[in-house]
Amino acid sequence: MGGWLFDPAHWSGTTGIPVRLLEHLGYTLLTLLIAAVIAIPLGAFVGHTGKGGFVIVGLSNALRALPTTAVLILVVLWAGLGDFPVYVALVLLAIPPIMAGTYAGVRAVDPSAVDAARGVGMRESGVLLQVEIPNALPLIYGGFRGAALQVVATATIAAYTGAGGLGRFVFDGLALQDFGQMLAGAVLVALLAVLVDLGFAGLQRLTVSPGLRPVGTGGKN
Amino acid sequence: MTWIFDNWERFWEVTAVHLRLSAVPVLIGFVLAIPLGWWASRSQTARTVLFPFANILFTIPSIALIVITPVVIGVKILDEINVIVPLTVYTVALMIRSIADALSAVPGNVIAAANAMGYRPFKRFLTVDFPLALPVTIAGLRVATVSNISMVSVGALVGLGGYGQLFTEGYQTDNSPKVFAGLVGTVVLAVLADGLLLLVGRLLTPWARVGR
Repeated sequence: MGGWLFDPAHWSGTTGIPVRLLEHLGYTLLTLLIAAVIAIPLGAFVGHTGKGGFVIVGLSNALRALPTTAVLILVVLWAGLGDFPVYVALVLLAIPPIMAGTYAGVRAVDPSAVDAARGVGMRESGVLLQVEIPNALPLIYGGFRGAALQVVATATIAAYTGAGGLGRFVFDGLALQDFGQMLAGAVLVALLAVLVDLGFAGLQRLTVSPGLRPVGTGGKN
Repeated sequence: MTWIFDNWERFWEVTAVHLRLSAVPVLIGFVLAIPLGWWASRSQTARTVLFPFANILFTIPSIALIVITPVVIGVKILDEINVIVPLTVYTVALMIRSIADALSAVPGNVIAAANAMGYRPFKRFLTVDFPLALPVTIAGLRVATVSNISMVSVGALVGLGGYGQLFTEGYQTDNSPKVFAGLVGTVVLAVLADGLLLLVGRLLTPWARVGR
């Protein structure tokens, strides 16, 4: 079972494991960046103003039901093969959890902290950027890390339409009836998912104020 | 949309398969998750074992699990069980946490009152704890159902049935209306199932609306 994975021949060249791993990571990170740029401002704005919350929640739920495979195939049929359809499908997948997390996070900020910020004369932009968003970070990260896990797992499907990434091993293995290769692809995706999540967990530790950490997990210095 | 009306019989056929492949795992997974969630709500040991394990199961991509299942349980790759087993695994992984959270949130004074009235543990679970845990449990069940309905399509990438077949066939024959029909079918099915569970939840917990 581990034979395919540990064969040195599969660890070099332009179709080797390191190249596919980097492609997969590339799809994941750029997707998350695009999705965050779209979803965090939307979620934060709606959370801050309190208007249109039901639209955000409804839109998130409807997008969640959207089958990524179908979106990928439709965009390929319309726009042709390449990385563009992969990003469209994955960004649509990543937006709902990030948007919902940001919205919920900003809504859940202690109203007395927001009042105090206004009381000391902060502008609305300051209230949002310096008080609400830093306080909402744990929930924003929650949504973001959930999205990251889904994107790493789903980027596998990109290989169905001939794109790169670790899914190549799964689909090529399937075509060749090579279960070792399929299994290696699957294991590598799961490993990458764990590593990406650990990476963002580290980033979260570095960027979230120690005062917001749950009690008992090293909050005191 | 015209594809649906021009191919009505085929559409219903894949709808039925899709419904079966998403409903069966939800039912089995839900039933399996009840004792596990109950255990996790009562024991810290169970939580430290079950929750990280459930999280890891969730990171395995569905296409990978669908591909690995036949090797692990020794069936052919074109067997429906290859979709049912992975989706059941995801459902259990998701529902353990909801059920554990739901049961932990049942107020202690209600449980104490039931005990004082002489309820035996099993009857108390069925008639007191579990009904009070239903709102949170059903919220989890809705998430599991919608994500299952969306994931069944992945099975078509290895040749299994459901709306996903419309995706793969539409892709191979450059027929985007066919793919779109499957997409619409999936979303409508998900919205209907979600609404149905919401309704069932409301009917089963009439007390939740009183006094609001």
